[in-house]
Amino acid sequence: MNILIIVGVIVLILLIFIGYYNSLVKLRNQVKNAWSQIDVQLKRRHDLIPNLIETVKGYMTHERETLENITAARSKAVGAESVKDKAQAESQLSAAMGKFNLVVENYPDLKANQNFLALQEELTATENKISFSRQNYNDQVLFFNNKIEIFPSNIVAGMFAFKQADFFEIEDAKEKEVPKVSF
Amino acid sequence: MWELIRANKRKSWILFISMGICLILLGFLIGSYVSEDGGIAGVIIASLIWLFMSLISMSSGSSILLTMSKAKEVTPEVHPQLFNVVEEMKIAANLPAMPKIYIINTPAMNAFATGKGPKKSAVAVTAGLLTKLNRDELQGVMAHEVSHIMNKDVQFMTFAGILLGSIVLISQVFLRGLIYSGGGRRYSSDSKGGGQAQLIIMVVAIVFAILAPIMAQLLYFAISRKREYLADASAARITRYPEGLASALEKLSSSTEDLPTANKVTAPMYIVNPLKAKGKKVANLTSTHPPISERVKILRAMMHGHNASFNDYQKAYKEVRGRSGNIIPGSALKDTESYNIRGAAEGMGAGMGLKAETRATGDIMMAVNHYSFKQCDCGLKFKIPENFNKKEITCPKCGKRIDV
Repeated sequence: MNILIIVGVIVLILLIFIGYYNSLVKLRNQVKNAWSQIDVQLKRRHDLIPNLIETVKGYMTHERETLENITAARSKAVGAESVKDKAQAESQLSAAMGKFNLVVENYPDLKANQNFLALQEELTATENKISFSRQNYNDQVLFFNNKIEIFPSNIVAGMFAFKQADFFEIEDAKEKEVPKVSF
Repeated sequence: MWELIRANKRKSWILFISMGICLILLGFLIGSYVSEDGGIAGVIIASLIWLFMSLISMSSGSSILLTMSKAKEVTPEVHPQLFNVVEEMKIAANLPAMPKIYIINTPAMNAFATGKGPKKSAVAVTAGLLTKLNRDELQGVMAHEVSHIMNKDVQFMTFAGILLGSIVLISQVFLRGLIYSGGGRRYSSDSKGGGQAQLIIMVVAIVFAILAPIMAQLLYFAISRKREYLADASAARITRYPEGLASALEKLSSSTEDLPTANKVTAPMYIVNPLKAKGKKVANLTSTHPPISERVKILRAMMHGHNASFNDYQKAYKEVRGRSGNIIPGSALKDTESYNIRGAAEGMGAGMGLKAETRATGDIMMAVNHYSFKQCDCGLKFKIPENFNKKEITCPKCGKRIDV
């Protein structure tokens, strides 16, 4: 009888362990999935930029520096590997694009160009998708990291060496570089 | 976000059960009315009617509303911006799949979401809405619709609608039958005691048959109004920009055209009441939507702060309504993360003239119907129907020949 109780308790603990382990794996996969979503959008932006430069080159002869900045930031972003490097490079690229959007206002011809308008819509959408997927990624990271820290799932996380995931933070870097314009 | 869904589920069950009890009670009373021990049979018949209606709706699913409103599924080429905006919201709400996108060919302004769940959903917008809203506003509207999908309002309202439909159907049939047969069952019991009990059941059955549909409807509308507020709150939170939805709602309220294909049961699916022509200013028990002016005020009040979390919506709600009352379940209010409101998108909001708007609406409607567009060098634009069989057209303005 006693043995039965002991076996029952062990089985119960084992089941709870499995449950925690599975939910940790699930959360980790969600983090990975969210990250790959950001990656897709970042790549999309990298692909769009050469097209944009090609389209506007003829119009914006006085903005060589702005365009070169974008190209440089882009190639740096393409080469970045780790989450932190990427976050930094991408925020620089965003800043360069922000400057570009400000100077576009001075070129009414460009703003009437259908091709450019379509590209601009694509770029706006991609920028938005990047920030929304970043929002979602950070949410998932928060869930995962909480689960690793909170008792009792932290025991399971410690046993199987689950590591905390990095947040994708660009807010600070962005604010340092772009002067806030208010109307 | 997830807490909100969980709280919604709990509330949904309470409503389901109370509407279900309504149905079972109705079946039992009518059964007892028809025959002394027909209560159980009545319950079974009522359940079968409900099951049958559920099966019909499940097999045809989202298509009923889409077919009824004559919505057409479109490809990204018809309106790239709409697709982009929906995808943005899909990412923000972390939906597992991209909703299908439909356009309704009408200059009226409205939008709705439908589908069997987050994995298989659809959103529909009218052509009029697409031309009259700028990007931020369109994003607000789509965020509201995607929130309905994310919060599982669509499935919930569909099932509640079926339950309501069954209750209405059963009591209608019973009451009509009563009128035509002139008093229903011949009352022929011998025992006096049994007769008295029978009489009470008869009266209760009739009263309940009259009241049940009204009660079920009021429940349905109350839940619909609450879910509209919730979808607004979720939309503000996922876009971080309450003003987008606020100014979209304002434009929607100024549109006077009704959607002729909507009715009171399908109305909760739309972003604003499609049957609003009467111009109600205050919500009453039979409204499916809260008054637009109030929704706008709440969203605008959020813009005074810097955050767009559920907490901020709740605060703004209290501020505007001037009384306590929780619109967001308490368990979802715990999240203390910051949801900084962003600024308006640059270079947007260039308003078109009325004429240009009408023309743009027409263009979208034609694109939906697979017209192709060609522009002549002189600036004249041709709209060519799909089954046009000539190889070229002559421009009536400059006489040039254009290949089709």
